[in-house]
Amino acid sequence: MSGGLFDIPSDLQNTYWGLVGQHLREALIPVVAGLVVALPIAQLCVRLRWLYPPVLWVTTILYAIPSLAFFVVLIDYTGQTETTVMIPLGVYSLVVFVPAIVDGVRSVPQETLDAATAMGLGPVRRYFQVQLPIAAPAIIAGLRVATVSSISLVSVGMLIGNQGGLGNLLNDGMIYHQNRLVWLSVIGTAVLAILADALLVVVRLLVTPWMPRGTRKPRPVDEPEPVTAALEDAVR
Amino acid sequence: MNVLHFINSFFSDSSHWHGYDGIPTRLREHVQYSLIALAIAAAIGLPVGLLTGHTGRGGNTVAFIATAGRALPSFGLLVLMFVLLGLGLTPVMIPLVVLAVPPILVTTYEAVRSVDPSPVDAARGMGMAESRVLFQVELPVALPLILSGLRSAAIQIVSTATIAAYVSLGGLGRYIVDGLYQRNYEKVVGGATLVAVLALVTLGFFGLVARFTVSPGVRRSAP
Repeated sequence: MSGGLFDIPSDLQNTYWGLVGQHLREALIPVVAGLVVALPIAQLCVRLRWLYPPVLWVTTILYAIPSLAFFVVLIDYTGQTETTVMIPLGVYSLVVFVPAIVDGVRSVPQETLDAATAMGLGPVRRYFQVQLPIAAPAIIAGLRVATVSSISLVSVGMLIGNQGGLGNLLNDGMIYHQNRLVWLSVIGTAVLAILADALLVVVRLLVTPWMPRGTRKPRPVDEPEPVTAALEDAVR
Repeated sequence: MNVLHFINSFFSDSSHWHGYDGIPTRLREHVQYSLIALAIAAAIGLPVGLLTGHTGRGGNTVAFIATAGRALPSFGLLVLMFVLLGLGLTPVMIPLVVLAVPPILVTTYEAVRSVDPSPVDAARGMGMAESRVLFQVELPVALPLILSGLRSAAIQIVSTATIAAYVSLGGLGRYIVDGLYQRNYEKVVGGATLVAVLALVTLGFFGLVARFTVSPGVRRSAP
């Protein structure tokens, strides 16, 4: 080993870019899974209004559980594997998505829905062609929060048997006294998070061509996630 | 069932209830670190958030801080500070505070800025000074949201202080980290339970604070 910038100790049995791949896999699969599960739950909450407050309570409680505690309790069931890291991250994403989607779908004006019905759209087409696109900015705002925090949290997986993607470099940086490895981990993770965030902003511009762009973004889109969820139970 | 069995045997072992590594000691440490970090973060985030929210200036800077704060990997930051600054409380406090300031600052800014402008204008029209407008009109209305920002920060601190056991901090995370090294799963699960309970108590505490401090009028008028 001749000291290249991205050379990492062989005990990790991976390359830097291999770790980047593992990191992205462990961070993004849960986000996608969370979104897929959140859509029907959110739709149910929109339909049955009484269901939303208790669902919000459960999600707030789940979100409060520290990641490390979540990981280690799962070890007994899924072992020291990537799955053990991905399940809590999926739950956290779900918790972010449900209020984001519910608020987004609820913000669709009644007249718009009536117009869609008058045009002969059934409930399914109305949902996919009218409600979801109008809720897209809110959903993507949730997607940004879920993705960025998921990328940040994967590192903690290092503690449960080197399942932490770039976080695995942290332990080697400590035991070999190589600060370079710690920097590689921190900067690499932050860059991944910023790139993913920027990509999602571009996606939002692409899927919502009708929104005013540039100058002033609409407020709800950029509201940090805990606000919407927390506001509702703080005032209850 | 298995996990419940571990929890039961952890808590019924009397040696876990006293001494240097006892539950009361570790719990006190954890709460103490969390309170210090939250106090420092609130001392920075609240005034800045109130001021920027009241004047409506610096929105872009606040949005940038929000994004940057979320993108920073908490665990990586802990280890980085540890290898750069060495053993002690300061290297752990820096990341805890750095992570807690953005939620407090951003929510406070958003909360004050999104207060309905008509009562604010009415207050000005009545001749209230700017500081009275802020503290007697805007603050009470914005309080539920501000408290929720403090709550997010507190929960994040409790959670991150757990991971900080890996870089030598005391607190409840010790049980999890040491238990993992010792292959003592009973200890790991016991620690995880305590941490989860502490996080939920934090959640409940802020719920109570909101109940007693938020004006009934504000609570009623909320949707």
